[in-house]
Amino acid sequence: MIEFRNIKKSFDGKEILLGVSGEFKTGKTNLIIGSSGTGKSVLLKIIVGLIEPDQGDILYHGRNFSKGDKDLRTEIRQDIGMLFQGGALFDSMTVEQNVMFPLNLKSGLSPKEKIDRVNWCLERVGLENANKKMPSEISGGMKKRVGIARAIVDDVKYLFVDEPNSGLDPQTSIVIDDLIAEITKELNITTVVVTHDMNSVMGIGDHIIYLYKGRKLWEGSKDQILSTDVPELNEFVFANKLAKSYKKSEDSAA
Amino acid sequence: MKSLGRYVIFLGSMFNNMESFRTYIRLFIDESISVGVNSVFIVAIVSTFIGAVTAVQTAYNIVSPLIEDYIIGNIVRDMTILELAPTITAIVFAGKVGSKIASQLGTMRITDQIDALEVMGVNSVSYLVLPKIFASMIMYPLLVILAAFLSLYGGFMAATLSGLSSAQDYIYGIRFGFNEFTVTFMLIKSVVFAFLVASISAYKGFYTEGGALEVGESSTRAVTSSCIAILLADYLLAELLLN
Repeated sequence: MIEFRNIKKSFDGKEILLGVSGEFKTGKTNLIIGSSGTGKSVLLKIIVGLIEPDQGDILYHGRNFSKGDKDLRTEIRQDIGMLFQGGALFDSMTVEQNVMFPLNLKSGLSPKEKIDRVNWCLERVGLENANKKMPSEISGGMKKRVGIARAIVDDVKYLFVDEPNSGLDPQTSIVIDDLIAEITKELNITTVVVTHDMNSVMGIGDHIIYLYKGRKLWEGSKDQILSTDVPELNEFVFANKLAKSYKKSEDSAA
Repeated sequence: MKSLGRYVIFLGSMFNNMESFRTYIRLFIDESISVGVNSVFIVAIVSTFIGAVTAVQTAYNIVSPLIEDYIIGNIVRDMTILELAPTITAIVFAGKVGSKIASQLGTMRITDQIDALEVMGVNSVSYLVLPKIFASMIMYPLLVILAAFLSLYGGFMAATLSGLSSAQDYIYGIRFGFNEFTVTFMLIKSVVFAFLVASISAYKGFYTEGGALEVGESSTRAVTSSCIAILLADYLLAELLLN
């Protein structure tokens, strides 16, 4: 479980997060949703330690990450895997080398064990024959899958995903979402996904936090989100034309 | 001043949370090939022609019949060792290697590759920058030595083929009144220039913000700042070591 308490952050005097608290549960796909510029990615980067908060605490299974010493932070980071928006694969390495990278850094596995582990991860994300391909030779969806394989290769406990569906077609988005949800259950890890894609919300949102102008405005599950009475969230959920027409027909039926 | 302070902190952070020695050796070899071997061609072309031009222009300026022909070789030698080989090659090095370092790190920054390293618990400055700086500091002096030889050879070819000096005179001029310290001075300069080019370019690239346009700007700034730093260091080293 990950807890974050009263997280505040501002850049050049502009307040981005105004005291956000909450928790992400183990074995669940936790979502941070909200419109662009509400501080979702900043919150995610603060939780993984890429940005230092102005105030607040982040606890990984009770261990205070934000106030921990260098050793504790390094120890916690070894349990973290992250998938970035564009995949963030290393351009100069093959798919296999990318996935093996975290193992080369810290695991004491033999070369054969490493290869076996990499192959298992690539198979798990449906990329059995892509080992020798370069990142420039694969599609956006494949890059995300390689990114997921790299994120989980070293037995992580926490998986962070930043906008998994950006730049992907709707069908590939569903494949990626399902993969994230399946891996979360299978490995019993704490997964945190930042998204503004309502398809992801309705597909994999076990636990959802809605951010609005730097504050947490709502928290619940995908089953509760359609019946919320928070106007800002309603506006976000039913923002597209299809959802609007669905809402209209629901309202008129009621 | 703020930028200078940030640059010093950036350099200091290379030595925190370092990876294993084996990791650095592998990265160092890769970077040495990228920085050194891949620059041989351009360095060879530039230095050969600079030597040739220096010989021709020296001969052009010698109008008195009292000045012996061997002076051409003598002047080409001193200009090559003291200034042309380390400094002009450094400008070429900044343009080729400096811009490459800045654009590589800038691209890694804007595509989250540096953040990916940090999340994995890797000190990205140490992992990405330290091998580039060390590789530059080792490979650049070797390039300068090559440049010095080729520049002298370029001068020899130009002087002898155009009849400005005989081969014997040119070689006598190269050997006449040779001061070994000039070679030491050349090597000191090349190590300092390599450090400046690699570290400034890495710094500019590492802190790139934005997109493709900003990567280009970082690359340009890296070359500009490196060239200014090279010329400033060139003057300071001349004052310190030759005066």
